[in-house]
Amino acid sequence: MSMPAPAHGAAVAHAPESFWSRYVFSTDHKVIGLQYMFTGMAMALIGGFMAYVFRMQLAFPGQSVPLYGLVTAREYNALITNHGSIMIFWVSMPVLIAGLGNFLIPLMIGCDDMVFPRLNRLSYQIFFVSVVIILISLVVPGGGFGGAWTAYPPLSASAHYNHTPWGAPLWLLAVALEFVAFLLGGINFTVTVMNARAPGMTAMRIPIVVWMIVIASLVFMGSVGPLIAGAVMLFLDQTVGTQFFDPKAGGDPLLWQHLFWFFGHPEVYVVLLPATGVVAEVLTVFARKKLFAYKTILGTAIATGIISFFVWAHHQFVAGIDPRMAHLFTITTLLISIPVAEMLFAFIATLYGGSIEFATPMLWALAFIAEFLIGGVTGIFLGANATDIYLHDTYFVVAHFHYTFFPIAIIGTFAAITYWFPKMFGRRMSETLGKIHFWGTVIPFNLIFIPLFLTGVAGQHRRIYSYENFPQLSTPWLNHLAVIATVALIVMLAFQVVFLVNFFWSMRHGEEVGANPWNANTLEWAAPSPPPHGNFVTMPAVYRGPYEYGVPDRDLDYWPQHVPNQEELPRA
Amino acid sequence: MLEWLIPAASTSADEIDWLFAVIFYTVGVWFVVAQGIFFGLIFKFRRRPGVRSLYVAGETKDEKRWISWPHYAVIACDVVLIAGAIAVWRDVKQVIPPPDETIRVIAQQWAWTFVHPGPDRQLDTPDDVVTVNELHVRNGTTYEFELTSQDVVHSFSIPVFRLKQDAVPGRMIKGWFRPTKTGTFDIACAEMCGLGHALMPAALHIESAEEHAAWLGEHTAVAAAAAGSRS
Repeated sequence: MSMPAPAHGAAVAHAPESFWSRYVFSTDHKVIGLQYMFTGMAMALIGGFMAYVFRMQLAFPGQSVPLYGLVTAREYNALITNHGSIMIFWVSMPVLIAGLGNFLIPLMIGCDDMVFPRLNRLSYQIFFVSVVIILISLVVPGGGFGGAWTAYPPLSASAHYNHTPWGAPLWLLAVALEFVAFLLGGINFTVTVMNARAPGMTAMRIPIVVWMIVIASLVFMGSVGPLIAGAVMLFLDQTVGTQFFDPKAGGDPLLWQHLFWFFGHPEVYVVLLPATGVVAEVLTVFARKKLFAYKTILGTAIATGIISFFVWAHHQFVAGIDPRMAHLFTITTLLISIPVAEMLFAFIATLYGGSIEFATPMLWALAFIAEFLIGGVTGIFLGANATDIYLHDTYFVVAHFHYTFFPIAIIGTFAAITYWFPKMFGRRMSETLGKIHFWGTVIPFNLIFIPLFLTGVAGQHRRIYSYENFPQLSTPWLNHLAVIATVALIVMLAFQVVFLVNFFWSMRHGEEVGANPWNANTLEWAAPSPPPHGNFVTMPAVYRGPYEYGVPDRDLDYWPQHVPNQEELPRA
Repeated sequence: MLEWLIPAASTSADEIDWLFAVIFYTVGVWFVVAQGIFFGLIFKFRRRPGVRSLYVAGETKDEKRWISWPHYAVIACDVVLIAGAIAVWRDVKQVIPPPDETIRVIAQQWAWTFVHPGPDRQLDTPDDVVTVNELHVRNGTTYEFELTSQDVVHSFSIPVFRLKQDAVPGRMIKGWFRPTKTGTFDIACAEMCGLGHALMPAALHIESAEEHAAWLGEHTAVAAAAAGSRS
């Protein structure tokens, strides 16, 4: 870690040689970041396939699904449960926090690695074990856990109710291990950013995405403790028959709901913040603009993180809590719209006076803002306790949720991958394929979830295997909407092939690029592409903030953070 | 505006639909204005040869008002919406008006049991009518319900009433509704409750006073006969 600025190439000489030590048991933050990213992408394929299977069942109930077969109610429940769990815990978290955090933090703050490299390796190894366990849980006798990703007891607590004697405890064990992995990662991120910044990298010169990942890590660490305690109790309920959550023995099912959502809602912001950070980086580079109101954005992120601890019971308005409590949580929930809206306003204001280039990463970043706005405004219907009575657990919630999480986990991730790909692999991705993939993803995405807003408002509940038994809620009109959503999903999934081809082809055959192909300011672009073990040839020092684009009286419209004031710049 | 998609059949439904419309138009204006400005800026400041970007830090008060004024407007809208939400919630969930009748709703894996008071309008008397997956109510009558669960968490959902309440084992949760329209509608379980979660539909029959009396008459005869044969 903080060895005195290594001489030219010294760190490179220490790079591990063998395949195993270099790619599998590496302690290099970049390798670990890519391990997280590739694992997350593989899990996304599994989660996407699950969505395909259960959407086919919803559109064409009772018919055999191509590449899968007939979907039973048991399988349907397992598919929706694990789709949600995998997409949140094994895709969003590893890609956005662990993947980006590991890859970017040392490069962007200007150091050679995380301060706890072996802790970092342990974090990925625990995460990997959790991946193996969640995959095993899908094929054990009784099938995968089917009690929804929220795992409300007593259903989740006893095989007598859920009929998944192996699936439920394995699911819970996997989730708990995943939390441990991210706790270790979060400690590492926070300590690294506090202690290992390059000279001159003051707090207000740290790129927003790094701030966002640190705030997200702190929010995660603050909120996950109660859920780990809850998970231990639930695991004991499942395996040795303690009855923490069973009212027949004096337990309380609502206790789990509070512990779960005390973590579960901050978790939304844990993944939102890094995605907004990515958007901030990409917007500034491709609009050639200084970020509008850096300190305000930072303040909104901190405010969001703090308020996110006080909104959890808005998931429980109709769960049997004291009705008066719902008022408090309505107030906090609508209050959290204020900093999030202000952050988006600042992003939109950043575009003013820009010179906007519609490169693929920029398209993703702009799409994030446009789509997330829909997720934001529909959240108001659910945060208001009275309308939530009706909309709770309907497809409206599903659609709202995906209008927040899809921009975060998919659009934000694609913005990040297309933007940092040249740094990761030293080559460019194809712009043509990138744009085909962009439109082939964003248009179908809207056609999936706008219909679900309508079916939700029309009264259809989520998690129902088949609507055939509900005469009023399975009208031809609603069935058409279900078919539209499903067809759009298939189209969107098909377009992901374009991305995979582009990604793997460009890794080997893309146009080679230098250190700074986008003419960006932040420190990672001062390192070679791809950065060697130890990152920087000469450890950088920092002379200014990260967003000095379009500075008047300069020839170049950018001014990298590591370039000394006097040195550079042939002035006009 | 919710009635475009699903009938409203209770007093609570009218109030919730009103709040839904208020929120819809408020956030609708925000949405259109924000997207309009957003796409307008994208179009206006697209890259053109020879045109450099401006240097705007957004740190001075003068610049910041571009985000601080919308910020105050968001706060104002939030206050209005919070007030509306609290007012409607208070009527729908918090304050139960004096009921004309009380019914009992029992959820279990995977069926609903309904205990209707008989013609005497009192529960726990011999003329009570117990049904499975079938709820009969009289239009224009204020009902209180007592909701319990035998096993796991279920959720008692009647979309046309805009009514939803989780049934939690070990607790008896009270709520109310007052139907305003006759007809037959769906009741569903809205909380994942296991393999048969989709198999918990029940029929809600909202009847006129005469129809309801006739139905009760039919069933109390049966109930009384059954009670007689037991004793």
